[in-house]
Amino acid sequence: MTTAHERVAREDLLTFVSACFAGTGQREFYSDSRGQGISIGFLHEYVLGNYRSLYARVLACGINDYNQAEIIFRLLGSGRRVAPEHRAEEGALLYRAIERLQPQRAMRLLARLAEGRVNNRRTRAIVRRYLDNARDRELWAIKYRRRFRVAAAHAHLPFDGELGSLFVKGWREKAYTTPLFESFRRAHFAESAIYELPYSIAEGLARKHAVPRDVFLRKIEPRMTNLERLRLQDTTRDALGTAVGFDPRRLSPTRLATYVLSLPGAERAARRGELTAALEASAARAVRRTNARFGRVACVLDRSWSSSGSSEKRRRLLAVALATSFFVRAAAAEQRAFWTCPTPDELLVDAVGQTDLVTPLLEAMAWKPDLVIVVSDGFDNDPPGTAGEVLAIARGSGLCPFTLHVNPVFDDVSLGPKPLGPGVPTMGIRDAEDLPTAIAFGAFANGGATLAELDAALGARVAHFLGATEAAA
Amino acid sequence: MSREAFRHASPAVLDFQGLRIAPPQTLGAVRLVPLVRERFLAASGGEAAGPDAPRDLRIAARDYGDSVAVVELGRNAPSEPGLKYVSFVPHGLIVSYTGDGSPVAALGASFGPTSETRKGRFVHLMHRMVKQEPGEGATSRFRMLPLHLAMEGFLALHFNGPDIVWSEYSQQAIRKGLDPRSERAVRGAWLPGLEEALRTFEILPAQVGVLMFIADALACAFVLPHPDDYRRLHGSLLDDFFGELLRDYAILYPHAPAAHAPIDGAGVKTLDDLVRQVARVRADWRAYAEVLSAGLLDRAVKVEQVRTMGPFRLERFVPVFDPDVECHIGERMVRDDGTLEYLKTYRLSGAQVRRAYLLEQLAAAQWNLAQAAEALRCTVPQLGQRLVNAGFGFLLKPAVLEALLRAARR
Repeated sequence: MTTAHERVAREDLLTFVSACFAGTGQREFYSDSRGQGISIGFLHEYVLGNYRSLYARVLACGINDYNQAEIIFRLLGSGRRVAPEHRAEEGALLYRAIERLQPQRAMRLLARLAEGRVNNRRTRAIVRRYLDNARDRELWAIKYRRRFRVAAAHAHLPFDGELGSLFVKGWREKAYTTPLFESFRRAHFAESAIYELPYSIAEGLARKHAVPRDVFLRKIEPRMTNLERLRLQDTTRDALGTAVGFDPRRLSPTRLATYVLSLPGAERAARRGELTAALEASAARAVRRTNARFGRVACVLDRSWSSSGSSEKRRRLLAVALATSFFVRAAAAEQRAFWTCPTPDELLVDAVGQTDLVTPLLEAMAWKPDLVIVVSDGFDNDPPGTAGEVLAIARGSGLCPFTLHVNPVFDDVSLGPKPLGPGVPTMGIRDAEDLPTAIAFGAFANGGATLAELDAALGARVAHFLGATEAAA
Repeated sequence: MSREAFRHASPAVLDFQGLRIAPPQTLGAVRLVPLVRERFLAASGGEAAGPDAPRDLRIAARDYGDSVAVVELGRNAPSEPGLKYVSFVPHGLIVSYTGDGSPVAALGASFGPTSETRKGRFVHLMHRMVKQEPGEGATSRFRMLPLHLAMEGFLALHFNGPDIVWSEYSQQAIRKGLDPRSERAVRGAWLPGLEEALRTFEILPAQVGVLMFIADALACAFVLPHPDDYRRLHGSLLDDFFGELLRDYAILYPHAPAAHAPIDGAGVKTLDDLVRQVARVRADWRAYAEVLSAGLLDRAVKVEQVRTMGPFRLERFVPVFDPDVECHIGERMVRDDGTLEYLKTYRLSGAQVRRAYLLEQLAAAQWNLAQAAEALRCTVPQLGQRLVNAGFGFLLKPAVLEALLRAARR
């Protein structure tokens, strides 16, 4: 028999985890960024105040980087409130989470800690350890030099070696022995040296030397990272005539789907074979990484006009839907996609039309799958609000197998991804490859599992999350 | 002297022939009900309309910017003396049609610099509400000012003033009639929440029109011939004008009344049962929209033919005015088989209905005050008071008016 307190705690926690997968504080189709920030900020404060140990453990769930940074910031800023028995685990989680963040996000977080005057012994120790252990310390010192300097000064980290002169004197040292620092210094005077620097740093210096855009892009190309290459497809095509190559195998299915959907329909049709192969390869890699295995799965995918997202998250929902289709196909014995507006060719989907989830759901049920995955923003409007009811009735009368609604869109009014209805569990999702995690949590939301079970599952994730560190160390 | 509208009107009943009502999409106070054209429905596999669907009537917008227009209603040049319609006119509609059913020439091909004159920085000078423009081949074109056509008809109702020179009427009423006559309306962009509702509205592939409700009061109906036209003109609803009543509703009721068509889960055993239940829910929504738009649909209206064009007629209409029910004026294009091709309506605010009702009753009584008062079931002094309240006090001689008002106060 679960107490009311336990039930509330379980629901709060699931709401929070769900929100942490979807919410990024960016504008969505239906809500603006201000409302998003207020809504997600409230959730963080609420869970931090009431369930501090669970709050820290959420770091191990694979939530998105934005919310990881939020959690780390809030935990470090309120270190006095941690119970002694949780102190060690929280510290380990914090360090591990910072370490796994993308360097640019971690650096932004460190600068935010300095700006927010979060300066306790634990924060200083974690920042020092992080900056000391950085693999590409010199690269970071150049690439993120302002934030690096702020964070290091804030954590009382001594500037050893040439870092001192770099950060104190700037690049006005006579000469450096560290090659990257020396390139950075010379790049202020000689154009030839900028091509030894990372792209993002070289770009500003190229402007200083008034290097023509096409010359600069051609010469800096070897220094671009894979994501920079992806981002600069259009730029390089305009400037150089041909786009720089990138390695699609190193991209996640969702990111690749976002790229595919950004292409005009004619180009997608012309490069159909290549793009499909890239998406399939990427999905197969993601399946191997996550060990996902499904049986006969029906994907009900939303391609309504609202899946075009906002100017900050362009076609995010559509990209997640497309990537989910490829991911599930790679992981399942049998898969069929049911789009809200039927499309002859999945690769050519566009955000168009109303959200009629009911028709594809009924078609999916008729196909008799073992699992139904619905990818939608939860705003079904043809007829309004009927999809959730249909699912509840179908589940109740055994017409439909376990159904999970995954929603990559944070709705500030619902304090999380907007649910379809009470009959079907809704989980936030960041990328298509988070689907196994979403299914695991969705099962908790659906089956009325106890808080203890949920806690145990979280404990297992924490052990795995921290264990990976020790194995690596 | 002047031109009076609806002198040669015929009775008709409004309907949505060829259209189907789809489930609504609601945001805040605004409930938008899509109207789908049946002949595009079967063919719509997604984006494009069916290849065999007729394309012999297309409508596009012409942007006039944020400017006031002075429209000459007679045959004079707009800069010469004559009867003028002055309003804020942000856009016009370009109607292209062919008489033989062939597709109209590619839209946009001849939408170059307009020949319409523009004087000064702010004022457009225009010829007539509906004006022929050069076509191409079998395609004919004309420009019209949407909704202003209907509003001009409304303003010009009984515009000539008294037909019989009763001694109570002032010299102005007898010489110039109701000239100048004015009404007020608010721009769509001023309705709180409308912009957001239009932005987040998901246009259906075969959608050609919309019924807009504000706090479940029908604000306007807008129908176009082709889904592509609708997609281009969807945002133009923000530039249309609406009665002040609707602005008040949008402010007072920021959320439309909750409406839900629930599914009855009892007795659902098979998927077919479920499909039947969903169909019933769709029918419920259709019925709901029909109930809400009863003030427009199936209402007796007086229709004035503005222009015939091949198989189409352009008409404007006014309802039989009744202060107790909602009244919509508007304009429409109808194919000769009765299919509604174009419709745009304006919901009159209460004061506007009362003014029109008063004029109608006066005109029906041959402008005889005693007869009109009898028809309105009031006394002549009370009728004088009503005329003043409606802004028509200038029709009566000052001395007569004063005596009537004094009698009414007693």
